[in-house]
Amino acid sequence: MSDPTPATSGSKPDKARFVIALALAVLAAVIGCEAWRLAAIPSYTAVGPAAFPTLIAIGLGLLAIANAVEAMKGVEEERPRDEVRPIVWVLAGLVGQIVLLPFAGFSIATGWLFAATAKGFGRGPVWAHFLAGAALCFVIYVIFAKGLQLSLPAGPLERLI
Amino acid sequence: MDTFGALAQGLMVALQPMNLVFAFFGVMLGTAVGVLPGIGPALTVALLLPITFKLDPAGSLIMFAGIYYGGMYGGSTASILLNTPGESSSIVTALEGNKMARAGRGGPALATAAIGSFVAGTIATIGLALIAPTVVDIAISFGPEDYFALMILAFTTVSAAFGSSVTRGLTSLFIGLSLGLVGIDLQSGQARVSFGVPDLLDGVEVTTLAVALFAIGETLSVAAAGSRAEEVIEPVRGSVFMNKEDWKRSWWPWIRGTFLGFPIGAMPAGGAEIPTFLSYALEKRLCKKPDEFGNGAIEGVAGPEAANNAAAAGVLVPLLTLGLPTSATAAIMLAGFQQYGMNPGPLLFATNPDLVWGLIASLFIANVMLLILNLPLVGMWVRLLAIPRPWLYGGILVFATLGTLGANPSLVELGMLLIFGLLGYVLRRYDYPIAPVVVGLILGPLAEQQLRRALAISVGDPVVLFQSPIALTLYALAALALFGPLLFYLITGRKAPVGGDED
Repeated sequence: MSDPTPATSGSKPDKARFVIALALAVLAAVIGCEAWRLAAIPSYTAVGPAAFPTLIAIGLGLLAIANAVEAMKGVEEERPRDEVRPIVWVLAGLVGQIVLLPFAGFSIATGWLFAATAKGFGRGPVWAHFLAGAALCFVIYVIFAKGLQLSLPAGPLERLI
Repeated sequence: MDTFGALAQGLMVALQPMNLVFAFFGVMLGTAVGVLPGIGPALTVALLLPITFKLDPAGSLIMFAGIYYGGMYGGSTASILLNTPGESSSIVTALEGNKMARAGRGGPALATAAIGSFVAGTIATIGLALIAPTVVDIAISFGPEDYFALMILAFTTVSAAFGSSVTRGLTSLFIGLSLGLVGIDLQSGQARVSFGVPDLLDGVEVTTLAVALFAIGETLSVAAAGSRAEEVIEPVRGSVFMNKEDWKRSWWPWIRGTFLGFPIGAMPAGGAEIPTFLSYALEKRLCKKPDEFGNGAIEGVAGPEAANNAAAAGVLVPLLTLGLPTSATAAIMLAGFQQYGMNPGPLLFATNPDLVWGLIASLFIANVMLLILNLPLVGMWVRLLAIPRPWLYGGILVFATLGTLGANPSLVELGMLLIFGLLGYVLRRYDYPIAPVVVGLILGPLAEQQLRRALAISVGDPVVLFQSPIALTLYALAALALFGPLLFYLITGRKAPVGGDED
């Protein structure tokens, strides 16, 4: 943080930031198209709904170029390698929760999320964490649904009460 | 309006037993989350928003303010004992504070941070109470073009203040602005960027975005770091009390830190990081024993901690008087006001004086509570750090999804949580700041509204935007903010602060 990075810059372009620049360009195009579509609709105000999106699309386009230019300068700082497995576990937890929620209810779905996240951080076994997580989430459900009148998705477990 | 009368009235509100309970709950929770890595005050307030929907507005906002202040105290504990700043405004505290802890002087380091935070917080809250009515008086004369200029200023300062380069800050900001476009345009009734998905017509929820970026993004990046993120907790050895020399060396840094932190926080200049770095540089220059810097100089803890807390109070000036959030937590608190159908700004002082002044008065109470609670309970806070990470982050995700489901029980909402979580991870991984995304989402639609209002009055003539002297001044400040990091480098001789998980 304190010393400027030595002469690694200029050596090889930063691929990841190129991808980010590309994503920004795509986003700029999407919003630009949207602005173009909105501009075609007659508007009765001095400034219609298309003006602000146009500005943002232009800004995004310029930033895509700026990011690409910075990417050309090369990697500023060597980024430590990220591990993929833990990320996959956490994502599996989140996706699994979305899939389970409609029919299994809040406790089971969120119990799975807890177990998968714990596994992602290297703590197993999954089934034990699932049971503990589901029990914990059931208690949370009771507190929130009964105490604070929040409607959380109910499943077979929740219908017992 | 008589400020002291209003403040006394506010004190009566804040001293109601129920509000004291809210304040107590807020500071305890805030300190706990400040200490814990990965969850900061912004996330906590975001998680609590849906839960507090049915509670009393004054009480909830007092609790949020307590969380905000508590988070600042807790953050310093984490940086001193763990060398991992809980939030980016305590990065500097970690520099000297952790060195002191390693040298067995963790107690005095914690004490000077806590007492300095108290001194700074109290002076800065007085400053807030004195300045707010004046700003409100000025703000009442603002036209839509001035508000638009003000938001441009907020955009530039937020993007320039956070992150490692202005390009990155602006990139984050524009992602937020793009998300702000989603939904039905209120003036023409046209659906924008929603691609026919009914759930998107209401726009992107601020809480969903904030929870996803802070909770899920953070969890993913900590998980990805795997075993490389091992941490060593320094035990607190020896006395927690400061000796006579510590007091003598802390006193002036506290005051100087306060007077650096409050004005910078109060200007729409974004966050509490810059004053902490300035204070550190200043104390290093003024210190009689400069060789101690880098090896645990108490001035290097006292000054930046005071600056940090003073800036935290300063940030409330633009938030309450102009409705302008300049930090992520302030942005979420703005969403909190909106949840109760209130818009912070000059009008709020007229329509809800009890609430505004009750909130300001409660800050004094929160400060006293934090001073009393913090040092005796430091052992308890340290034990929080020992929660195994798998359970901690598992719990964070459970509460993150719970908060989102509580606000809107829809699978699309959870899907957005997942997608924005991935976005948060990518932003963190490649060093893009998070706060501008949230600020862009909240302020983007407001800026558009003011812009269109201004242009409607002038019948489409854009010259109106650059006519008012107020607007021109604000644009000049915005330009200064964009080139500020360069000036910062020239003045202090070090690179402008690198944002981490800014709150």
